[in-house]
Amino acid sequence: MAESTVILNAAAIQRALVRIAHEIAERNEDSHELVLVGIQKGGVPLASRLSQALNEIVGHPVLLGRLDVSMHRDDLDRRLAPDVQPTDIPFDITGKTVVVVDDVLFKGRTVRAAMDALNDFGRPKRIQLAVLIDRGHRELPIKADFVGKNLPTSPAESVLVVVDEPGRPNEVVLEKP
Amino acid sequence: MSWNRKHLLDIESLSPEEITTVLDTAKAFKAVGERAIKKVPALRGKTVVNLFVEPSTRTRISFELSEQRLSADIINFTAEASSLKKGETLKDTARNLEALNTDFIVIRHSASGAPHFLARVIDSSVINAGDGAHEHPTQALLDMFTIRERKGRIEGLNVTILGDILYSRVARSDIWALTKLGAKVTLCGPSTLVPRQFEQLGCRVTYDVEEAIRDADIINLLRIQHERQRKTMFPSLNEYSRLFGLNKARLARTKPDVLIMHPGPINRGVEIDSQIADCERSVILEQVTNGLAVRMAVLFLVNGGKGPQGVSG
Repeated sequence: MAESTVILNAAAIQRALVRIAHEIAERNEDSHELVLVGIQKGGVPLASRLSQALNEIVGHPVLLGRLDVSMHRDDLDRRLAPDVQPTDIPFDITGKTVVVVDDVLFKGRTVRAAMDALNDFGRPKRIQLAVLIDRGHRELPIKADFVGKNLPTSPAESVLVVVDEPGRPNEVVLEKP
Repeated sequence: MSWNRKHLLDIESLSPEEITTVLDTAKAFKAVGERAIKKVPALRGKTVVNLFVEPSTRTRISFELSEQRLSADIINFTAEASSLKKGETLKDTARNLEALNTDFIVIRHSASGAPHFLARVIDSSVINAGDGAHEHPTQALLDMFTIRERKGRIEGLNVTILGDILYSRVARSDIWALTKLGAKVTLCGPSTLVPRQFEQLGCRVTYDVEEAIRDADIINLLRIQHERQRKTMFPSLNEYSRLFGLNKARLARTKPDVLIMHPGPINRGVEIDSQIADCERSVILEQVTNGLAVRMAVLFLVNGGKGPQGVSG
């Protein structure tokens, strides 16, 4: 029987996002250079909430995109083809500070794929990484710039992030096998 | 997500969900084609053989560009300049190619069932690029993609396929795909080229062109396949054009939002009037663009089906 523990509830998620938004604003003085890109699927609703918080802090709208990394994954011949979601970056990222947003940072391979995929859209001035949960177990030299919560896990556990899904409360759940 | 096939051999054996998976995946690949950098590394390091035993230009070019945009390495193999001309069997040709460590074989062949045969004797993924008068699955998938993109759905649409049905692999694949996705299919053309047996596939057959096009949401025109006809099936092209060709007068009696489709190559003045081929209701060139996205999606999905969890078929 699997055991589930709620790690963050809806209010805690929102507090973490608002704090990250403040940290992003603090780290990047020129807010007009900032753009947010959510990684499909889990990073997209988080990037959207983060942009709302950030808009209030900087006083102008921050551009928001979404990126699917399926075509840039490094395990495509070891698994069934992933479900490809829309990529939508309706602005030029060249010269911008792109904050890549994802729900859970684990092995780091998704972020590696995201950086490759972003390269096809332009040459950002810099790329930063914001995640709601950092659960450790990196397989690549990748580190998040902004973290909602560091959560020590065992590789066999799974972290489920639910944000803005119809009929479900926002929460982060740790599931033990 | 529902795709765990190693091959794409036909539409007949696909489920509606599998067809929809290809169309959904193709949507993302169409977006790739609209970017400044139109290439992704999904098939980097993979080798694709385009084994075109029967001549083809547009399908071969579409596959080649799709493969290049997925970063695959490509070997082009055509019948005219090949060992097949020297008496080598298809199986030996394919196994020789596979000895080069190929991952995919895209095959066009004049014999129905050649891709199915190949899939049984080699380890590479096989993609059917047209086998005899049997099937042309990627054409049907790009037709479905084009219809769905323009009309927002396929279920419940009236689709009329007009022309040489008997010798058309496109017609067969389209009929499978359309009926699986819930469209109402009407076939029309000279009775010698549209046998009543097609009703068994769940289509309506009529020889009255006016009636066939009146309520159609889609008119899919097919070329007369001279090369596959062993005897003359109708008196003359001129008469065919008069009786079944889509002209201005006929178009005026169709729904105002009807879409005109054609898998190409078009014969202007035979199955379609020149002005109609270029009119705003014609989506013939969109079909060509969408063909790239659909073929990229098929290669991408089939690549996943080769993995440890993938099954053959």
